[in-house]
Amino acid sequence: MRVNSSTTVAAPIESVWAIVTDPERVLSFMSGVTRWEVVGDVPAGLGARYRMLFRIGAAEVGGLIEVVEFTEPSELAWTSVTGLDQRGRWRLREAPGGRTRVELRLAYGVAGAGLSGWIAERIAAPSVSRHARQTLRQLRRLVEQEQLRARAAARRAGAPGG
Amino acid sequence: MAQADTTRSARRNGHEPAADVPRPEPSRSRSASLLDRAWRELAGIVQRRIPSADLDERDPDYIREQLPLFWLFSSIWFRGEVRGLGNIPDEGPVLLVGNHSGGNMIPDTMVFTVAFSTYFGVERAFYQLAHNLVLSLPGLSWLRKFGTVAASPENARRALASGAALLVYPGGDYEVHRPSWESSRVDFGGRKGFIRLAIEQDVPIVPVVAIGGQETALFLTRGERLAHLLALDRVLRLKVLPVSLALPWIVNVGDFGHIPLPAKITIETLPAIDLRAEFGPDPDADEVYDHLMRLMQDALDALAAERRFPVLG
Repeated sequence: MRVNSSTTVAAPIESVWAIVTDPERVLSFMSGVTRWEVVGDVPAGLGARYRMLFRIGAAEVGGLIEVVEFTEPSELAWTSVTGLDQRGRWRLREAPGGRTRVELRLAYGVAGAGLSGWIAERIAAPSVSRHARQTLRQLRRLVEQEQLRARAAARRAGAPGG
Repeated sequence: MAQADTTRSARRNGHEPAADVPRPEPSRSRSASLLDRAWRELAGIVQRRIPSADLDERDPDYIREQLPLFWLFSSIWFRGEVRGLGNIPDEGPVLLVGNHSGGNMIPDTMVFTVAFSTYFGVERAFYQLAHNLVLSLPGLSWLRKFGTVAASPENARRALASGAALLVYPGGDYEVHRPSWESSRVDFGGRKGFIRLAIEQDVPIVPVVAIGGQETALFLTRGERLAHLLALDRVLRLKVLPVSLALPWIVNVGDFGHIPLPAKITIETLPAIDLRAEFGPDPDADEVYDHLMRLMQDALDALAAERRFPVLG
């Protein structure tokens, strides 16, 4: 099953990239995610591994994932090593006016689960889709608020007597 | 012959030989001895059907492929909610101790097993102890692939020694068939073997408190006297012959399966108890038991207070 969601954020691509690649901040904007722990020595970048969980229905599903594509500042893709079969991708593109187009793609399923797997994927889809949209909303708020605060801080620093 | 088989499979399965299987007494009437013989025969059949406990029968790939099906049941039918799985140590052997509800359809076990398997991954070895009779019922061999083994101290020891997580329901058949109005009562019937096991194997105990199972049918009585009268306790290790109102039978005696009502099942996993850290180098089983009962009863009371309506939750 595939779920896509996208939005435009009023911030430069580098600021968005800095947040989506930071494992420490994933929990603060990824909706439904209950765990996102670095496994191994590489915290971010190609080959980084995370143990992640996502609450859906009566269970928290997920497992070990690995970053398989890491092209600064535009493409981050992961795939599952254990647990639920999944692929995910952050796709960032510069948009006019110093803004950034952000797309989140998720694909999930359980290979070999047959009919019940087929049904379960579809039953879960609306919920996954809702979480994906919520994730983008939260990401946008987080990035834009950081921009605002950074600008305010710069103003204060530059103000006479400040 | 049947007797020899019984003894052998009992031993193989970690049980003491069934020395207490009733023998016909010459003084009894003819019909009584016939009944005894029939029971003994049945006991032999059941014992022979109990698979030898082979931890290797657990099949992670099978579990993984079945999880979507059980996730559907758990999420849609029981609206399952499992909290606090993070309280279970990430690694190493652990004894999960639960209160048991819902008759022989064990809805709480299913909800918990799905949640545990997805949370820690099917790679983490996880076994559940079940009543002999459950494992000998035809058509339930798939339970063994899920890691269900016959309840015996030896099997429990073996599972923990292998480093696995082990789920036990000390209340067993006694607790699972308690009347529905005792839904929010933890009742292990004074069974403490699991505590001695945890002390001996030096593993932490994690209490697992569940509510909702007792609302999947209207459980009326355990039928302990009935079970004793029919010698079920001696022959099948069944101390109960429960009577409930359940679908589709309406009146359900013995509970060899029923359609559970879609009651909401909520399960809370409490913080792990390191017995030696909390109760000294030589923990006293009675003290641990009292402590555990208090913790679990408090948690169950809180879960009960959250519920507004039966079944709906």
